[in-house]
Amino acid sequence: MRFAVVQFGGSNCDRDVYHVLAEVCGVDTDLVWYKDGLARSYDAVVLPGGFSYGDYLRAGAIAARNPIMAEIVRHAKDGGLVLGICNGAQIGSEAGLVDGTFTLNAYPKFISRHVYLRVENTTSPFTALYREGEVIRVPIAHKEGRYVAPEDVIARLNCEGRVAFRFCDEHGNPTPESNPNGSTKNITGVLSEAGNVLAMMPHPERASEAVLGSVDGIKIFKSMMTYIEQHGHRQMTHQEFLQ
Amino acid sequence: MRYIVTITIALKEGMLNPEARVIRHALTNLGFPTEDLSTARLFRVTLDAADAAAAREEGARMCERLLANPVIHHYTIEVT
Repeated sequence: MRFAVVQFGGSNCDRDVYHVLAEVCGVDTDLVWYKDGLARSYDAVVLPGGFSYGDYLRAGAIAARNPIMAEIVRHAKDGGLVLGICNGAQIGSEAGLVDGTFTLNAYPKFISRHVYLRVENTTSPFTALYREGEVIRVPIAHKEGRYVAPEDVIARLNCEGRVAFRFCDEHGNPTPESNPNGSTKNITGVLSEAGNVLAMMPHPERASEAVLGSVDGIKIFKSMMTYIEQHGHRQMTHQEFLQ
Repeated sequence: MRYIVTITIALKEGMLNPEARVIRHALTNLGFPTEDLSTARLFRVTLDAADAAAAREEGARMCERLLANPVIHHYTIEVT
């Protein structure tokens, strides 16, 4: 089993994710510089948080058009897992890996604090280890994190169980007060149609060790590992990617 | 021929515009009451094209490929 953590110019959570994967979870993990492409086969690719390309134009917009993203889209189409966290979620939505987009917070300031999330889906490769309706505490740190999608898309996400997480209060109620950035229907974690891509604004890697005040986020990485174990490792090579 | 393609990208009708809300609030505080305020982004691109129609088409391709996000934006193009 092998994970890749992709580093763009301006990524700044790449080493945090690497640390959690390699040193806390004990998974074989490569830090992959975006210019190098996916030179080996990976079971999962993580797009970490940060400020790729200085958030110019729109957060994630420029990184999403980088050649490595075409490889990552291909990886996802072939069933590989992709987890986009914060700026990685913005990149993933800009690249069309999930529906909708993440844009300027309703109150347009940078918010950095712990929030409560309700786990809405417990069958995806990213959330299978959570209990249904479980309330977890994970930090957010963003200015462009308000999830927006047309009404019909929101209806489809709800109907197909593709909302992974919603902002909620500590009792699990997705109230307007518990929605820090004004996201549509409190949504802050979205799954792709096939369920193998998750784009989320909160930072599970910052809530994966007791010393950081919460271990609620680690189940995302462990769910991915369990899924890969159960579904077999991918053997695809770079050559196959190129074909 | 050398053309200047002016691309204006704005939020779709009905989209929340937090930036405009803050600016309008500040104008109100400065004694400028307003009924509405919206913002847009303008890109002025100088390029070489066979004719104005081709220049416009190139501008549209730039919007579709990078400059605009179809989920939240619409755009207008002017060629001079």
